[in-house]
Amino acid sequence: MSDDDPLVIAGEKFTSRLILGTGGAPSLDVLERALVASGTQMSTVAMRRVAPDPRGSVLDVLNRTGVRPLPNTAGCFTAREAVTTAKLGREALGTDWVKLEVVADEHTLLPDPLELLDAAEQLVDDGFVVLAYTNDDPVLARRLADAGCAAVMPLGAPIGSGMGIRNPYNLAIIREQATVPIILDAGVGTASDAAIAMELGCDAVLLASAVTRAREPELMAEAMRDGVRAGRLAHRAGRIPRRLYAQASSPAEGVQTW
Amino acid sequence: MTITVNGRERTCPPGTTVTDLLAELGLGPTGSAVAVNGEVLPRGTWPAHALGDGDDVDVLTAVQGG
Repeated sequence: MSDDDPLVIAGEKFTSRLILGTGGAPSLDVLERALVASGTQMSTVAMRRVAPDPRGSVLDVLNRTGVRPLPNTAGCFTAREAVTTAKLGREALGTDWVKLEVVADEHTLLPDPLELLDAAEQLVDDGFVVLAYTNDDPVLARRLADAGCAAVMPLGAPIGSGMGIRNPYNLAIIREQATVPIILDAGVGTASDAAIAMELGCDAVLLASAVTRAREPELMAEAMRDGVRAGRLAHRAGRIPRRLYAQASSPAEGVQTW
Repeated sequence: MTITVNGRERTCPPGTTVTDLLAELGLGPTGSAVAVNGEVLPRGTWPAHALGDGDDVDVLTAVQGG
């Protein structure tokens, strides 16, 4: 993405509009190559009990590639758990940024709206910069922004489902009402999904599985980088209206008749 | 005294601080976070925070996810 069209979250500028999650990569080496190919500048990590691994850690990879870690609250089902996990992320990584995730159950991994809003309010009060993973519900998105979230991150489809953007109309409404950056989070399956999200006006796309679980993660990371970029440019350029009938692009005048 | 670290019992000398425990676990000064009895401890309090008998300690770090 060009320097004259940065993504700005809580006053901080990013030239890449792709946020790549680290989850699901088969190895740290594959992850590192995918991160580089994606051009991302921020990448999510989860907080778990320590189990030192001689093969290194994801933080080593992020340090080496210069990608900023964004701790998440994955695995939390209640506001209380999420707030505690966010605080752990803050202490471990020295950042008050958090990707807030509070899900309702393990099968859908859909956000629990009540716990999510409660957690968002508590974390904003505590000085966190909250990027909230949410349903594609325009009302909840607005409530999260009103609560002080720095970015609202609606899903396109359930986490890891690769189903793309199931409700583009809701996303368009969320975008239209937005007072903070809107980041499409979850559901992206391939590069066209990322492009569509950006064409709909999303400010960025966050994805993990679509890259880390692709047959060739590094190649897909590059595809996502270009998909996000193409979608952003198309959004800025403005698509032509859809028409039912054809409209010739060659001049009607001067046509020879035989 | 006996404490629990990430769900496993462990004995350590009285007066052991959080910083001492992390060193014993072979963890460096960055990248980890600690909760004692469910309360997250700010990093700055680690050197002075002495653990007590029966404390339930969680030590977490960042892993691939999200």
